[in-house]
Amino acid sequence: MSDLAISVESLSKAYRIGLKEQEHETLLGAVTGWFKSPFQNFRDVRNLSRFEGVTGKGNGQAAEASAKGAAPRTSLSQPSDVFWALNDVSFKVKHGEAVGIIGRNGAGKSTLLKILSRITEPTNGRAVVYGRVGSLLEVGTGFHPDLTGRENVYLNGTILGMRKHEIDEKFDEIIDFSGVEQFIDTPVKRYSSGMRVRLAFSVAAHLEPEILIVDEVLAVGDMEFQSKCLGKMEDVSGSGRTVLFVSHNLGAVNQLCSRCVVLEHGGIAFDGDVGSGIDVYQRSGYGQRTSSAYVAPAEGRPGSAQGRILAADLQDDQGRPADCIGIGEPFQIKLRLQFFSRLARMNMGVQFHSSGGVPILNLRTDSQGLVFGPYEAGNEVEVIIKVPGLPFYPGLYQLEPWFGELDGKRIDQVPEGISLVLEGRGLYQSERLIQQGRGLVMMDCTWAETVKQASA
Amino acid sequence: MEISEQLKETPDDVVPAAGLASGPVAPAATTDWTLIIRPKTGWFDLHLADLWRFRDLVMLFVRRDLVAQYKQTILGPLWFIIQPLLTTLTFTIIFGNIAKLSTDGLPKMLFYLSGVTAWNYFADCLTRTSETFVANSNIFGKVYFPRLAVPVSIVISSLIRFGIQLGLFLGFYVYFLVRGTPIHATNVLLLLPALVLLMAALGLGTGIIVSSLTTRYRDLRFLVQFGVQLVMYTTPVIYPVSKVPEQYRWIMFSNPMTPVIETFRYAFLGTGSFSWAYLGISAAATAIILAVGVLLFNHVEKTFMDTV
Repeated sequence: MSDLAISVESLSKAYRIGLKEQEHETLLGAVTGWFKSPFQNFRDVRNLSRFEGVTGKGNGQAAEASAKGAAPRTSLSQPSDVFWALNDVSFKVKHGEAVGIIGRNGAGKSTLLKILSRITEPTNGRAVVYGRVGSLLEVGTGFHPDLTGRENVYLNGTILGMRKHEIDEKFDEIIDFSGVEQFIDTPVKRYSSGMRVRLAFSVAAHLEPEILIVDEVLAVGDMEFQSKCLGKMEDVSGSGRTVLFVSHNLGAVNQLCSRCVVLEHGGIAFDGDVGSGIDVYQRSGYGQRTSSAYVAPAEGRPGSAQGRILAADLQDDQGRPADCIGIGEPFQIKLRLQFFSRLARMNMGVQFHSSGGVPILNLRTDSQGLVFGPYEAGNEVEVIIKVPGLPFYPGLYQLEPWFGELDGKRIDQVPEGISLVLEGRGLYQSERLIQQGRGLVMMDCTWAETVKQASA
Repeated sequence: MEISEQLKETPDDVVPAAGLASGPVAPAATTDWTLIIRPKTGWFDLHLADLWRFRDLVMLFVRRDLVAQYKQTILGPLWFIIQPLLTTLTFTIIFGNIAKLSTDGLPKMLFYLSGVTAWNYFADCLTRTSETFVANSNIFGKVYFPRLAVPVSIVISSLIRFGIQLGLFLGFYVYFLVRGTPIHATNVLLLLPALVLLMAALGLGTGIIVSSLTTRYRDLRFLVQFGVQLVMYTTPVIYPVSKVPEQYRWIMFSNPMTPVIETFRYAFLGTGSFSWAYLGISAAATAIILAVGVLLFNHVEKTFMDTV
């Protein structure tokens, strides 16, 4: 069977999504609706997983379906409640490869993993897996709160596909890795959530399949435990096993994987080396939102009676639309504001959040002693904020522009108004990717070392 | 995109490589685990070998069932005994003493307890397996193992409970025997293992049919809850077959549990009737129900995550 580990061949998966239900305007209509609804409900429920005659988005499956004599009636009119979570995805993975799968929410990553780990079956196409698969889509699947840690280790381990004697052999190792040996005979419901996660991951980490499928599970536990997990994952891929790794943590993907598949809208947008993959992902996904994001009317945003933020753009220092900014590189943020009533003195700013939601920086006019205004009703104002460079670690940051009265209330703010991708490559003339340690901020500094004692 | 490649690989003409030999998992032996994932595998692709491979999991589920249910209770497993005891007591008072239903001349306690013990095992298997998909959807959505492991483990853990309740029944049995009550075991007692097997298979079969259907049609959950109680009245749990008018007996015997309970009672107590024919029909019905259940269950488990 050559050196292939996974072969995915034009895999597609369709789901039915809910359509808006017809509303009844009269009591009579509602009553007849109730009596008719069992039939409608029956049809809806029965059709949940039936896709005969439903075709992919014009990728040749229509031809295939009619060639096989399948019902041709719907090949032209695709029902509007069918959603293709995966559409004609093909790729091959060799034994020993560590492949990262990245993509935005809803790109089809989890669906792909679910099909490969046999939780659900595809609608079209097929996948062949050569080897024993261990999949880790969640940490602590099947933990029972009333059972002790020890009992749960066995339960969870066997659920993940281990044999009892395998767990017997590794039990001490698992407990050691988790660091909860003191509480191993305590019911898991008395554990802190951190302890539970550590124990669960330890079990999973000692799973030894030939092909390991991992969904975003490293985003648990504290920093120390996370790096421990990442180290364990590196061991796994280093020992010649095949790893399929889905993550939003681009640093982890870069560290672990030798290849990267970017999914977008259920299809493959890129398949190749990790560096370019991350590049494609960052440009494709967030490009639309960073360059010239025209901010939608203020639904659920405060104070639109007095004014609102019309647009928020990210630009390089030359004023060109930009998607990614390098660490320490100057860039600018352009905001367009509109006033519906007079504002005498304005205070405004941009709040920076890390991708984990931690507020890092708030650039604001009042702390720099600046007062803008007055503005009259109907004014449209453009503000350009020149930033000399961000000393943050590479990654994704969310920018929240806001403005309001000076010493008064906020008029408008746009949470996640701009997504900024901070790039670390090319800095310091080093080929190495900048590693994020424990922290959010990095700084350039001068290092000097002197050897005090020459070795003999 | 690549039409040529798709036409070359039509999904339906591929035979699954089912070499599921378990053994040392060396990288060289990888082909043993080769797995083809494709849409709509046949109804008869049961992969029961998988279930054997996960036997440790079945046993751990059994353990979890037994241990977890009575964690943080004071009486613990004593509840296994209290439940049938109180049911029997209620039946004795209401049906025996107030309604004065016949018990074929047997001590009321023994008559009802024998019925309740046998019926409970079947009802336990049925109601608890019928929840399989809905109750475990969070686990099933995250990891693959043969889904049949769950209902099978339920049947086994219920068997242990049945064993304890049978012990209770035997306690009363010996007590009445010592007091000289005219009861006697018959040769049919040798069929006891077969009776237990029938009850388990019937409960499992019906339960997994219901659980397969509830993944889509939740209505059945409501039906099962009171349906099991209603159906009990068509079996000789609280009244003997002999008191039912001849022309209505077919209703009772159309329930495959009726011959089982009747035989169970005849085996221990020597009253009632025993008929190979009725028991044979019951066994055949059970086999069909179980087969349909397993087929349906296997069919549903592949797609149920999309419909549950």
